[in-house]
Parts: sequence; structure tokens; C-alpha cells
Amino acid sequence: MTKFQGVDFYDVDGLLSEEERAVRDTVRQWVDDNLMPVIAEHYLAGGFPKHLVPQMAELGLFGANLPEEYGCAGLNNVAYGLIMQELERGDSGVRSFASVQGALVMYPIHAFGSDEQKRHWLPKMASGEVIGCFGLTEPDYGSNPAGMITVARESESGWILNGAKMWITNGSTAQVAIVWAKTGKPDDVESIRGFIVPTDANGFSAQDQKGKLSLRASDTSELVLQDVCVAKDALLPKSGGLKSPLLCLTQARYGIAWGAVGAAMACYDEAVGYAKTRVMFGKPIGGFQLQQARLAEMLTEVTKAQLLCLQLGRLKDQGKVTPQQVSLAKRNNVNIATDIARETRRLLGANGILAEYQAMRHLANLESVYTYEGTHDIHTLILGQEITGLNAFN
Amino acid sequence: MKIAVCVKRVPDSETRVKIASDGKSLDEAGVKFILNPYDEFAVEEALRRREHAGAGEVVIVSLGPPAAQETIRTALAMGADRGILLQADRVPADGLEVARALGAELKAGAYDLVLFGKMAIDDYNHQVGPMVAELLDLPCVTAIAHLEIAGGKGTAEREIEGGVEVVEFRLPAVLTTDKGLNEPRYPALKGIMAAKKKPLEVKPTALGAGSLEVLALSPPPQRKDGRVVGEGSAAVPELLRLLRDEAKVL
Ligand SMILES: Cc1cc2nc3c(=O)[nH]c(=O)nc-3n(C[C@H](O)[C@H](O)[C@H](O)COP(=O)(O)OP(=O)(O)OC[C@H]3O[C@@H](n4cnc5c(N)ncnc54)[C@H](O)[C@@H]3O)c2cc1C
Repeated sequence: MTKFQGVDFYDVDGLLSEEERAVRDTVRQWVDDNLMPVIAEHYLAGGFPKHLVPQMAELGLFGANLPEEYGCAGLNNVAYGLIMQELERGDSGVRSFASVQGALVMYPIHAFGSDEQKRHWLPKMASGEVIGCFGLTEPDYGSNPAGMITVARESESGWILNGAKMWITNGSTAQVAIVWAKTGKPDDVESIRGFIVPTDANGFSAQDQKGKLSLRASDTSELVLQDVCVAKDALLPKSGGLKSPLLCLTQARYGIAWGAVGAAMACYDEAVGYAKTRVMFGKPIGGFQLQQARLAEMLTEVTKAQLLCLQLGRLKDQGKVTPQQVSLAKRNNVNIATDIARETRRLLGANGILAEYQAMRHLANLESVYTYEGTHDIHTLILGQEITGLNAFN
Repeated sequence: MKIAVCVKRVPDSETRVKIASDGKSLDEAGVKFILNPYDEFAVEEALRRREHAGAGEVVIVSLGPPAAQETIRTALAMGADRGILLQADRVPADGLEVARALGAELKAGAYDLVLFGKMAIDDYNHQVGPMVAELLDLPCVTAIAHLEIAGGKGTAEREIEGGVEVVEFRLPAVLTTDKGLNEPRYPALKGIMAAKKKPLEVKPTALGAGSLEVLALSPPPQRKDGRVVGEGSAAVPELLRLLRDEAKVL
């Protein structure tokens, strides 16, 4: 197996620090050695390659931008983004696993948790001993989570949760779920709070969603909470209102913007290799203008997306990034990655439909990525509102 | 136990190298440099010795340009304790000059064990390790694939043509490492962050001219395209004819 060389047409490498490059190279190598040889078989079987979790933890991939005092790597956001890029170069499902663990479970515990909660959970999650999931979406409330009907009622001894969550990545694998629920009236969005719910609690069940044609190397589950009792200290004390889960989503979307670049690079790399070696009508197909136009378009979009991510990361490291800037990058990069995956699949002809090649797997995966963490449309509306000051959501 | 590991910055085996305009060196523009893969076995072995003993120090020594600091930091990220760069503008073609500079540094360090990769993947010379051993008057075992150390003595195994050679030696000693000795670890992310804070001493180093000079570099001749002579058993007579008359290998 040849080593992945990346795509770097604008010497973006020269804009990275030595540590950032070292982090990227370590993860790239790990993906080459350990993920690439097994991903197609796990994708076809329809399950997350769980045996990789201890290795990912040992490398420090979980919550890598959180502080060292909790057993995390304490990286800056650019290095964190590069990790997501390299993981998704392998497979969006594996990047999703790391995104959920780090940005959607460890991040809210770090941001909204008590010292006690942080000390208890974060080191165990960094080491992969505890896997988490994030329950926001419900069967009837996807793009509009404000409407959620999952409720938490305070009792003598703690909280009682009732409701259902859908499309929950890692739901059946997780030992712990961050569940978002309303503590007040059904229309009281300000009453949304986050809870740390052990998945072995009475009344908690997780069922894998079957028949997925996308993100197959990731487990996606439906959660049902029926009179689930948790202690008082299951509440994330600093969470409050819809803005809390949205802050988590901004973290995860940031990583997705980078991840999409990884998937795009993987496809572009595959397209170039194939175009140079596949001979038809007596010459490599890369020698025909139509295929060159395809490749030129891909390289242009990959390069733009790389620069977008890097500046987004620098802004985030300076504490200046806005959620709207993250929306723009998620929207653009996932969209171009999906286009690049589709064009690669087509360039590969019949071979492009095989799991032996990467393009169609990435293409199918990216359709999920296009939808989750705010659909492409929703990010369009976020940007539209930012530009005009007018709300077009409802 | 105090262990020195000598490492070299080399072009990545996957990069396409170009010959510079002087016709006798590499054009380094756009070339990715890595820690010489055989040296990774040496670093890993040193780390395992230290971890096994629960004490000791692993010192990384490299001779090279300022950019070789990055190579040293890769080894520090894997877990080594500190680094020394013998900084020179160029690495001479003559391995003896490199060995002299490394030898002088190592002599002062009082190491129990000095490890090298068996060769560097850029020049394939297999020289510097044994030369350093000679200069320091230490026993040397090259290309080891297995190592045991106890009570001031060591036993190493080398894979030789058709068998295994077992060599016993006393410490201090110089060893060069081969594939199969161990599985080098990845520099974990925490290690990469920690490496920034580990001491790395840079010592400007003057080197002799040496008695070797590279006159010219040239790429290997382009391979001719293959040819399909036919299909199935019907192709065998023609294949035999070509192998006999054209390729002259039969
Ligand atoms: C593989 C996978 C994993 C996931 N993992 C998680 C997870 O771990 N945790 C979690 O909480 N959720 C998760 N999700 C859920 C995901 O975030 C939702 O699917 C997403 O928010 C969209 O919601 P929906 O599917 O209900 O679509 P809907 O909201 O029903 O949208 C349907 C269509 O209508 C469009 N639309 C909606 N509102 C508007 C509007 N106002 N104007 C114009 N168009 C609109 C959408 O863009 C879309 O095209 C996951 C989803 C998938 C596919």
C-alpha cells in the first residue's frame, strides 16, 4: 500500500507550525497503517471498527484540543482540525466517532460541567475507557431542535427523563449519553439543559438504525428514555437554553469543515492516480480534456477549502471565530467534497462503484455529512440571516 | 542506563527526488524529510530499554543542518529525553567525517549503549555506526534483529544469509539496528507537545573535507514499456523465443 502524500498546491504546509505538521503526519501514517487496510470490510459489514478505539486513544485523538490536565493532548485548533482532516481522509465514519467523542461529549462536559464532572469523565473519555454519544435530534425535530419534546423533571432524588432521540452516532456503543431535554414548559426553549446519562440506567435503551446506505462504518442509533432516573449531579450545571447544544455543534462543525477536506483529498488523489494509468483509446484518460477539466476543478476546490479551514482555525485559536464563519466553511467544504467524490466516482468508470476504491464510499458518506450538524440548507439560512439580518427559518 | 541514539534526517522514501542544477546534489525544494526509518528501530529500542529498567536517559544525537532539529524532535516526541544537534551546513559524503564528529560528542557523554540504524536510506552506506565504534574503541554488532541486556553484558541476534547469528558483547557497545527488532511507536500527540519543551542543544560543528567527493548524480534509466505477447498457453512459444533471442536470459 502506498503512503498518502496529501494534496498541497499552494504550499499550505508552509503556513503550518512544526508541531501542526507533526500531528498531521502522525495521524496520516496511522490511517495508512491501521484504517485503510480494514475500512472497506467494515463499511460493507456495516459497523464501526471498534478495535481501533484503544489505538486512537493512545495517540491522543479524543478531545485533542482540550487541556492536558484532563489527560487530553492540549493542541491548538489548527492541529485539531488537521486530525479531523486525516481521519476523514480514511472514512467519515471514523472522523464522526472522534467528533462525537471530542466535540459533542467531552466539549460540553468541559464547557458546562462542574469541576467534579470534568475530573470524573474527561480523563476516562480521553483514554477511550468511556465512549459517549450526543442526543439532540428527535424523530420529529431535526433541523428545528428548539421544538424538542424530551423532558427532564426534577424529583426528590434527582431528575427523571422521558423522550426519544434519533440518528444518534455511537448510541449503541456509548457508556454515557449527553441528553438534551426541556426542564420547563414545551415551548420554553430557555429551559433546555444537558444531562450526563449512563446508558445502563433503567429505562434507557438504544437500538441501531438498520439499512443505512451511508456512513456504514459508524453506528447510528435511536435512543428511548422511559422514566430514566439520574442523580442531581447528572445535570450539566452551566448548560442553559438552546445555545448550549448549539455551541457544541459549532465545535463539531468546525471539525467537519476540516474533515471534508480530507475526504476531498482522498478522492482527488484517487482520481489523479487513475487518470494517469487507465488507458482508453490508446492513451491515459488523463490525457483527454474532459478529464483534465474534472481534475483542474477538483484541485481548485480542494485548495480553496484548505485555505478556508486554515484561516478559520487561526481565527478560532485567536478566540475571534463566529458561528457564521464556521457555517460557511462547513457548508462549502462538505459541498465541494461531495462534488469531488461524485466526479471521482465517475472518472473511475465501473471501478468507481467498487468498495475497493474509495470514491463511492466517500460519496455515500458525505451525503450524511451534508445533512448532519445542520443541513446544507440550514447553513444557507444562517448565512442569509447574517447577511440580511432577516430570519428566514420560519 | 544511559543510551545515545544517532539519527539522520533523510528524504522521505515516497518523495520524488530531483537532481539539483549542480548535477551532484538533490534539489530539496518541496522534498519532505523524515527520521531515517532504520533509526526509528534504534529510538524504539532505546525507549523500551529505559521503560523496562524504569530509569535511565535516552539522548538523541544528529549531525546535520538546522532543519535536523525537526528530526530530533520527532524522536523526542516518541519519548526520548533530550537532543543534541551537531550543526553543520552539509553532511559530507565521507562517512568517516561524520563518524569523527559524532565520536567526539559521544565520547564525552559516557553512554552505556550507542545505537544507530544499520544504514541511512539516502546513501545506503552502512558505515557510520561501525566507524564510531572503532573510533571509540568499543565492541560493535551491526544489523541486530533481537537484543537482550543483563548484568553489563548483551546478546544480539543478526539475521544472516540462511540463518541467525548470535553475538555476545560487553557494555558499553555500539549497535546498529535492523527491521524486525521492534515495531516503532507513533509519536503520540501529547509526545509531540511535550517534545517542544525538552532540551535540544545545538552545537556548531566544523567538519573536515573528507576524502570522498560526489562527482555526479543521475536517475536510473527509464524502464521500457512492457509488451503483451499473447494470451494463455498459445503465447508460451513466442515468450520462450523472446526470452532466448531478445532478452537472452534462457
Ligand atoms: C448518519 C447520521 C448521524 C447523525 N448523528 C447525530 C448525533 O449523533 N446526534 C444528533 O443529535 N443528531 C444526529 N444526526 C441528526 C442530524 O443532525 C439531523 O438529521 C439533521 O439535523 C436534519 O434533521 P432531519 O433529518 O430531521 O431533517 P429535516 O429537518 O426534516 O429536514 C428535511 C429537509 O428539509 C430542509 N429544511 C428543514 N428546515 C428548513 C427550512 N427552515 N427552510 C428550508 N429547508 C428546510 C432540510 O435542509 C432538509 O433538506 C445524525 C444524522 C445522520 C444522517
